[in-house]
Amino acid sequence: MSALVRIEGLNVALPPGGDRTLAVADVNLDIGSSEIVCIVGESGSGKSVTAHAVMGLLPRALKTVSGRILFEGRDMLTQSAEDWRRTRGAGIAMVFQDPMAALNPVMAIGRQITEQIRAHRAVGEAAAMRDAAVLVARMGLEPGLLHAYPHQLSGGQRQRVMIAMALSLSPRLLIADEPTTALDVTTQAQILELIRNAQRERQMSVLFITHDFGVVSDLADRVAVMREGRIVESGTAREVLDRPQAGYTRALIAAVPRLSGSPAPLAREKPLLEVAGLSKRYRGSGGFLGLWHGRREHRALDRVSLTLQRGETLGVVGESGSGKSTLARCIIRLADPDAGEVLFDGADLAGMGRRELRAQRRRIQMVFQDPFSSLNPRHTVGEIVTAGPRAHGEGAKISLARAVEMLKLVGLEEAVLSRYPHEFSGGQRQRIGLARALMLKPDVLIADEPVSALDVTVQAQVLDLLDKVRRQMNLAMLFITHDMRVAARICHRVMVMRQGQVVEEGPTGALFAAPRNEYTGRLLAAIPGRQRLEA
Amino acid sequence: MKEFLSRLLVRPQTLIGLAVFAAIVVVALGAPLLFPKGPFTIVGMPLLAPGSPGLPAGSDVLGRSMLVGLAYGARVSLLVGISSTCCAVGIGVLLGAVAGYYGGVVDDLLMRFTEFFQIIPAFVLLMVLVAFLQPSLFSEVIGIALITWPQVARVARGEFLVLRSREFVQAAQLLGESDLRIIFRQILPNALPPIVVVGSMMVGSAILTESALAFLGLGDPGLMSWGSMIGASRSAMWVAWWTTVLPGLAIMVTVLALNFIGDGLNEALGPRRRQ
Amino acid sequence: MNRLAYIARRLLRTVLVTVAVVLVSFFLIRLAPGDAATVMAGQSGYADETFISSLRAEYGLDKPLPVQLWKYVTAVARGDLGMSYERRQPVLDVIVARLPNTLLLDAFALVVAMAGGIVLGALAARRPGSAGDAGVTVLAMLFYAVPQFWLGMMAVLVFSVWLAVLPPFGIETMGADYTGLARVADVARHMILPGMTLALYYMASYARLTRTQMIEVADQEFVKTARAKGIAERQVARRHILRNALTPLVTYAGLQASILVGGTVLVENVFSWPGVGTLAYEAVTARDNPLLLGIFIVTAILVSLFNLATDIAYSIADPRVELGR
Repeated sequence: MSALVRIEGLNVALPPGGDRTLAVADVNLDIGSSEIVCIVGESGSGKSVTAHAVMGLLPRALKTVSGRILFEGRDMLTQSAEDWRRTRGAGIAMVFQDPMAALNPVMAIGRQITEQIRAHRAVGEAAAMRDAAVLVARMGLEPGLLHAYPHQLSGGQRQRVMIAMALSLSPRLLIADEPTTALDVTTQAQILELIRNAQRERQMSVLFITHDFGVVSDLADRVAVMREGRIVESGTAREVLDRPQAGYTRALIAAVPRLSGSPAPLAREKPLLEVAGLSKRYRGSGGFLGLWHGRREHRALDRVSLTLQRGETLGVVGESGSGKSTLARCIIRLADPDAGEVLFDGADLAGMGRRELRAQRRRIQMVFQDPFSSLNPRHTVGEIVTAGPRAHGEGAKISLARAVEMLKLVGLEEAVLSRYPHEFSGGQRQRIGLARALMLKPDVLIADEPVSALDVTVQAQVLDLLDKVRRQMNLAMLFITHDMRVAARICHRVMVMRQGQVVEEGPTGALFAAPRNEYTGRLLAAIPGRQRLEA
Repeated sequence: MKEFLSRLLVRPQTLIGLAVFAAIVVVALGAPLLFPKGPFTIVGMPLLAPGSPGLPAGSDVLGRSMLVGLAYGARVSLLVGISSTCCAVGIGVLLGAVAGYYGGVVDDLLMRFTEFFQIIPAFVLLMVLVAFLQPSLFSEVIGIALITWPQVARVARGEFLVLRSREFVQAAQLLGESDLRIIFRQILPNALPPIVVVGSMMVGSAILTESALAFLGLGDPGLMSWGSMIGASRSAMWVAWWTTVLPGLAIMVTVLALNFIGDGLNEALGPRRRQ
Repeated sequence: MNRLAYIARRLLRTVLVTVAVVLVSFFLIRLAPGDAATVMAGQSGYADETFISSLRAEYGLDKPLPVQLWKYVTAVARGDLGMSYERRQPVLDVIVARLPNTLLLDAFALVVAMAGGIVLGALAARRPGSAGDAGVTVLAMLFYAVPQFWLGMMAVLVFSVWLAVLPPFGIETMGADYTGLARVADVARHMILPGMTLALYYMASYARLTRTQMIEVADQEFVKTARAKGIAERQVARRHILRNALTPLVTYAGLQASILVGGTVLVENVFSWPGVGTLAYEAVTARDNPLLLGIFIVTAILVSLFNLATDIAYSIADPRVELGR
């Protein structure tokens, strides 16, 4: 079997001044016909740059390329711009990570598909539109959607449109660059299914870029693991997943959280935090005093109740729009609930005035999702960490001493006090954010997707740290995540949410092993790579 | 700060802008010392060409020294440009910050208010205002500030709107910091770069607006300004080009220098530089 | 929210702006030092007692403030903007007589500015950093720094005084009494200098905005998608980049309108173009305050109507208006 694509000694230079000279260094990779090859790696590994090089779509700053990329025997790097154009879309097609950004916002969906067909075939608009209708129907979409604009579609629908477009001229190679990263887990499963089926039907090859070993194990025939621009290991999926040779691959696979082995539930005690019947509605915002917006309402939270005791971690899992973040914000009063109560140590936070709230709120603190926006870029770590005690009138000296102690606890040196956030990595920033939250000696810690922006190896470290801190300080922790595997790793109990409601709740191990609710079952089934990684 | 300065000073245009602007400031401050008799004193025959004895820039229609007029004109331009911009930035930041930070109905009302000032023909409003209040330095400054603050307010509001939803602001709220402290200590330092850029550009446009007012005879009658020099020489333009060309060049060079500085600030503080 | 609701909201805004303009005018009169009647009469000192007392009666200035306000608002709503003291004519008539000349000049300037600016900006954006791009940037910088009225005077100096190829002032040759096409040609010749003086500044800002918009849009993902689809580079530039870059320019045209009015006042003055701008200057020099205020009200309403038009155009150009803003 000769390779459809053969990448030989590919180097892509980074602009001078970076932390390394090559974005991609000496990459050799073959993609056979009707084969799915996954490139897997963490952020900055060069996996996406490799894919873009094959497509001839490198950003301006990365134009210096050497090596060869043979597609059906032709060296793509030496061909003319017009040859490139004829290959793109027809011979090689690409699906991108964020379908909202990848579709032209002011062009109807149908036109965006026919445009591609007509760029390569001499057919009229009407004929191309008939083709487009067939394509979107095969993606499980209504043909009426051809007249819609991207913003009127859901994320999953948009990605289906992108795939329909990519398949419109039956390419021999489909490049998919993290096509499911921006999607919910159930949608992700559907999209992966779609790609797999299309590949089988059309006998095309797929180059699939991902950071998720679960996806790899579901999809790949062959795997290449990349790190810092180089391929550290490659082989058949079975070889790489079952008998990884490189230490890095082993570490990556080990860092993927498993569904099993979650902590056992604690013995029941008097709860510290009791939420009952919490509800929140959102109305369409903006407009002249909301005058023209009609009464579009959205139930973000619908009578949610929960209990949380000292030393316990309660996971709240759900897809986007499930209301899990709204729940956190309503408990801590970053948003005001419409109804229900939040009993904390006997007092109702939901109905409290500003002054009272200020005193109580110091006992509930939060760790945020985005390591880049959660620390003020203009303040030093010292200022950031001591802000809490100072706002509550504590002296500079005591605050500072405590800051040093807390930084030690999260594994950072005293020397970081005078440095600024941009000098730290994502994982380190999350540690700083945790130290800040712990400064006021809270009883409850709310963690809102604290590891979802982190690479998988860093993710594991931060999760371990959170668990350690919980034990040491006997914290009650509310852990919000979209990732069931992450929840399984540290939560005693979990609560599954959907469309503002609690679907199911129970001890993590039992619930994940035997979900009672059909939706929970679907969520669990949709986790990529479940069979293989759990085996 | 050091890093910022080194980024600011790499561009030659910025350096030229700063140097020219500094020179103009020196001239403006030094005018009363250099020319103690003031710009209204008649020193010779009218419309003498530049280079005539004692008149390096010629004389105007009434026989006053153009050079002295130009030096004194710098005072008016800078004074009006800078003070009206300061007022406008003050109003704009305050309203923009409140609208952006609190959002909701407050934001809606303040933005309607701001929009109104942007839609109406600002210069005509300015003419009405100055005419009704009597032309003076004070009415010019107030008037220009009144028609320019919306630019600042929009920028400030946009920044505050984005920044208030940043997680570090939520963290500050949870830590119990007061709204005032969050607005000024947490958000404002992050919102400042684009405001500074807009402000620096506004000084130039305020100088242009002032010259236009003075050209139409709506400047302070007790002060010699570049715009009023051009306005007064309109009839002489055909025979004595220097009476209109020189003050116009003075305005252009000043505004150009300010815009160079503004562009430099934009490059040094621009969005690409910030995370 | 659909497009109709969006347009309805913008219509409401136009109405509100109009009401606010009238209110602002009312309070402007009271803001000035001295009693409202003398302000309205003008401060030149030659307003006689009868005129002042007629003003008092007309605006009910001896009545309480709300009554005065009501009288003023109803008067404006009827199209009664008061009497021009200097001309002894209704203000509205004076303005309407001059309006066509101004609209002609502004329409010419706007069309030239938009067409020229978009073309220049698009050319500059094609190769950022090239000589052409630098040229456009330098020109834009210069036009931003030059006082418009002075630019007009320099144009007269060059094209009328030194080269003597174009007429320096007026809208047509006095006493020539051209008719038909000859008259059109004569007016066009007179319009070149003021029209171009006015257009150049806005052309510069359109060029600059088009350039930054195009460079920004060119960086977006959907442009990469278009290339990935194998669309030819020309089509990518036209259908995807330019099309998306132009939508904000429509809104920008609305925002520029209020600035254009300011420029018109100055440029009309320099070239003695018999429009509303020169009228405003005459009102200032004659201290004809009712006329000046009338000009403010009329131009404000026209500009807000123009904004309504650009908003509607925008709602057609960008389907995302449904998202509310």
